[in-house]
Amino acid sequence: MNESEIIRVEHLKKYFPAEKGFLEKLLTRTRNYVKAVDDVSFSILKGEVFTLAGESGCGKSTTGKLIVRLIPPTSGKVYFDDTDITALQKEKLRITRRRLQIIFQDPYASLNPRMKIGQSVGHPLEIHGMAKGTEKRKKVLEILERVGLSPPEQFMELYPHQLSGGQRQRIAMARSLILKPEFMVADEPVSMIDVSLRTTIIDLMLDLRKELELTYLFITHDLAIAKYISDRVAVMYLGKIVEIGSKQEIFTNPTHPYTQALLSAIPVPNPERKRKTLELKGEVSSAINIPPGCRFNPRCPYTTDKCKKTEPELIETTKGHFVACCQAEA
Amino acid sequence: MNREPAHLLTVKDLAVEYWTRRGIVRAVEDISFSLDKGETLGVVGESGSGKSTLGLSLIHLVPYPGRIIRGTILLEGQNILKFGNKETRDLRGRRISYVFQDPMTSLNPVERIKNHFIELIRTHEPKVTASEAITRTRKLFKDVGIQPERIDDYPHQLSGGMRQRVMIALALALNPSIVIADEPTTALDVIVQAKILDLLKTLQDTYGMALMLITHDLSIVLERSDKIMVMYAGRIVEQALSMTLYAQAQHPYSQGLLKSIPNIELAEQKLTAIGGAPPDLRNPPTGCPFWPRCPYIMEICKIKDPPLFQTSKDHFAKCYLYGGEKSS
Amino acid sequence: MQKKSKARKSMVSSLMPSLGSLAKRGLAGWLVIIGIVLVTAIVVVTMISPWIRPHDPSTILVGQPLVAPNSQFPFGTNDLGQDVFSRALSGGGIMLQVSILSVAICLLIGVPLGLFSSYAGGIVDRIFCLIMDSIYAFPGLVLAIAVAAMLGRGVTNMAISIAVVYVPSYFRVIRSQVLSIKEMPYVEAANSIGAKTRTVLSRYILPNVVPSIVVIATVNFADAILTAAGLTFIGLGVPVDIPDWGWDLTNGRRLLTSGAWWVITFPGIMIILLALGFTLIGEGLSELLNPRLEQ
Repeated sequence: MNESEIIRVEHLKKYFPAEKGFLEKLLTRTRNYVKAVDDVSFSILKGEVFTLAGESGCGKSTTGKLIVRLIPPTSGKVYFDDTDITALQKEKLRITRRRLQIIFQDPYASLNPRMKIGQSVGHPLEIHGMAKGTEKRKKVLEILERVGLSPPEQFMELYPHQLSGGQRQRIAMARSLILKPEFMVADEPVSMIDVSLRTTIIDLMLDLRKELELTYLFITHDLAIAKYISDRVAVMYLGKIVEIGSKQEIFTNPTHPYTQALLSAIPVPNPERKRKTLELKGEVSSAINIPPGCRFNPRCPYTTDKCKKTEPELIETTKGHFVACCQAEA
Repeated sequence: MNREPAHLLTVKDLAVEYWTRRGIVRAVEDISFSLDKGETLGVVGESGSGKSTLGLSLIHLVPYPGRIIRGTILLEGQNILKFGNKETRDLRGRRISYVFQDPMTSLNPVERIKNHFIELIRTHEPKVTASEAITRTRKLFKDVGIQPERIDDYPHQLSGGMRQRVMIALALALNPSIVIADEPTTALDVIVQAKILDLLKTLQDTYGMALMLITHDLSIVLERSDKIMVMYAGRIVEQALSMTLYAQAQHPYSQGLLKSIPNIELAEQKLTAIGGAPPDLRNPPTGCPFWPRCPYIMEICKIKDPPLFQTSKDHFAKCYLYGGEKSS
Repeated sequence: MQKKSKARKSMVSSLMPSLGSLAKRGLAGWLVIIGIVLVTAIVVVTMISPWIRPHDPSTILVGQPLVAPNSQFPFGTNDLGQDVFSRALSGGGIMLQVSILSVAICLLIGVPLGLFSSYAGGIVDRIFCLIMDSIYAFPGLVLAIAVAAMLGRGVTNMAISIAVVYVPSYFRVIRSQVLSIKEMPYVEAANSIGAKTRTVLSRYILPNVVPSIVVIATVNFADAILTAAGLTFIGLGVPVDIPDWGWDLTNGRRLLTSGAWWVITFPGIMIILLALGFTLIGEGLSELLNPRLEQ
């Protein structure tokens, strides 16, 4: 494993059994699967913000949860700091949890409504036996202050429903950070927060990265935010990565037709902009019936016969820039 | 204000309150604007801005416990707030139609799509037969880009994007003069979103209706509307043509908003958020509702809510920076 | 353990709105208040009955038998010459004991079963659901009678029979709640910070299920009382020497044909009032605790 890699994911797959009608269940033997994540490999470097971008249903959230082992993979491996964490169970997994954290999209549902803020944020310390009593309280106050909730004593005694979405998201972060993790997955952390307040959370994340030497996996469907925060971006479609590259490469030189279509569809706050949307046919296929060959080919404006037969692998086109397209050249 | 050509829609001094058990909430206050044929008006605001309430009041459909307590809404010269039941039913769907936010739940899951249309058309035009209605529906489907065969489907058989197209087709079925679209693309992915917004523009060119786009996404309205109203805490804080707003936003909230949204076409960007949070409308601050978050406050701001000052021909800003009483 | 129960107590107290705030919560709040008043009144009356009743309820022939209500015996007398009024005041004891005991059994069995079964999922859940649904399929009173007939008479046995009938309801209610709470991000978050399963259940899931438990327990009280009355009515209740509304119902029924309506009516009213009280509390709480409609 590369010295500076903190996470490496190899051929990760997650298939969920698909619901079938009653008769179908009786009469057929084949199982249908929702192939949420279908052979994904990449690595994340220490200290970077790596973004997994894509539309809903592409598998980005599932990938995030697989990496922090919230759900077990169907197959494939996850390495954290050179250790294979794929098959960890129980106690070993719990200890690893201190170093890998996740925050979720919905600030209104991420906090236990029956626990006071102080209790929620301090709970990780309790679980791992890392601090008690006054020391625990001190750490909680510190971390609340650090995420911008001042004065922290006031927030300790409140319940989540007394706070705004932005505040709740900060508390979720505080709870995740109190154990001083090395890696954090942020799953759409600002999409349910008012637009004018999003940057406060994003900037907080960036500040904390420097201060606490964190690495982020940032998951979003909003490529505009992705451009603002990321170092590298991977674009996902229907369970696979179609393009990975540095921020500059992805945004100035998008190679995969899907990436190009995505970028051209993003609204730009400029009335004078001449819109040139790259038109895509049809809609996203279902993850149960994945089209043969390149899964993007039914919608691709450049599709050829080859595309319908072979599933492309990620090829390096320029340094650090990988594209999964039959027509890409190294 | 004397010899202006009559607008299609003129709203004056509209105010809506919600009488809840916890107190009276002023959802919308002091709203005055106009809309012309073929124009696209963007209404942008965050949570609590009152934009949805505003949209609903234009078809006189503010949900209980809300009530319109003041103002006039003139559609082609007639005040719709004074309409009787029959005229109000005629208004909704036929003269002004509404595209609701969530296409997933806005259609009746046990009715085929075509029945939605048949019912709508025949309610307003009872002389139309079912087969005539179906013919019209097929044409509408072609216009919104769905294969006509799908009129026989049930809502769950259609994807989110297609359901939204169905909603738009329903909104156009009776050829209204105004279509109000409330967050028409929030529940959709970005590629579908672009298609739907493109579709609305194309339809506008074909059908000639005025479009009111209500959304929290400033990028969308900047790109796609002719003029924009920025709402905050139930009031219009700025009204301008899109170009003007982009180039010279005047109200500190609009300025803050522009600085907080990422622009994918800019190489490097420094985004700044607006500090603080939107006010609790049950207990709004005295004076201008934005003052707790404003970088330019003056004493007067805390005392009296500023009026809407006209700063140039089509530009209005509700801020003491642009006129009125100065601080003592 | 101590910390947990203290935490639980404060959680429950934070959930239960104080009586004062109840009045402000509109119709639902008033239902709860009226219910509480009713139940408390009846419980108190039953408890202080030895001191306030005009006659000893068990003494026979304090007056002429089958006397209609008059100034001396406001509720009349029964066939043994016992004062119906005193019996109405004192007869709630058995009923209350049985219903409290049966609700306690249901809580002790139904809640943990519901929690573990739905959280575990898979085949465990399927098995329990099968068992519970089978029990649930029986008509309540019939099943209670069957069990009571097997176990015999007595307060505990009655309580057990009733509990058997109602445990599936608790199981179902808790299960449906847990299934939806299980998917909430805050439960995922609890897992992601490394909480053990029992911590997740006790501190993240259970406290959020408590409102439903409270509601079903209070409604269950009402049911339990009526079922207890039913069991006594057909002779599976308790021995006769203690004053008991259920017994008076049985007795009063056969006297009804001879025109002595008061023997069955007044105990019947008491039972109805007690059941009504619990029902009101349950309905009111249900409205208050689930869904919170905030505009």
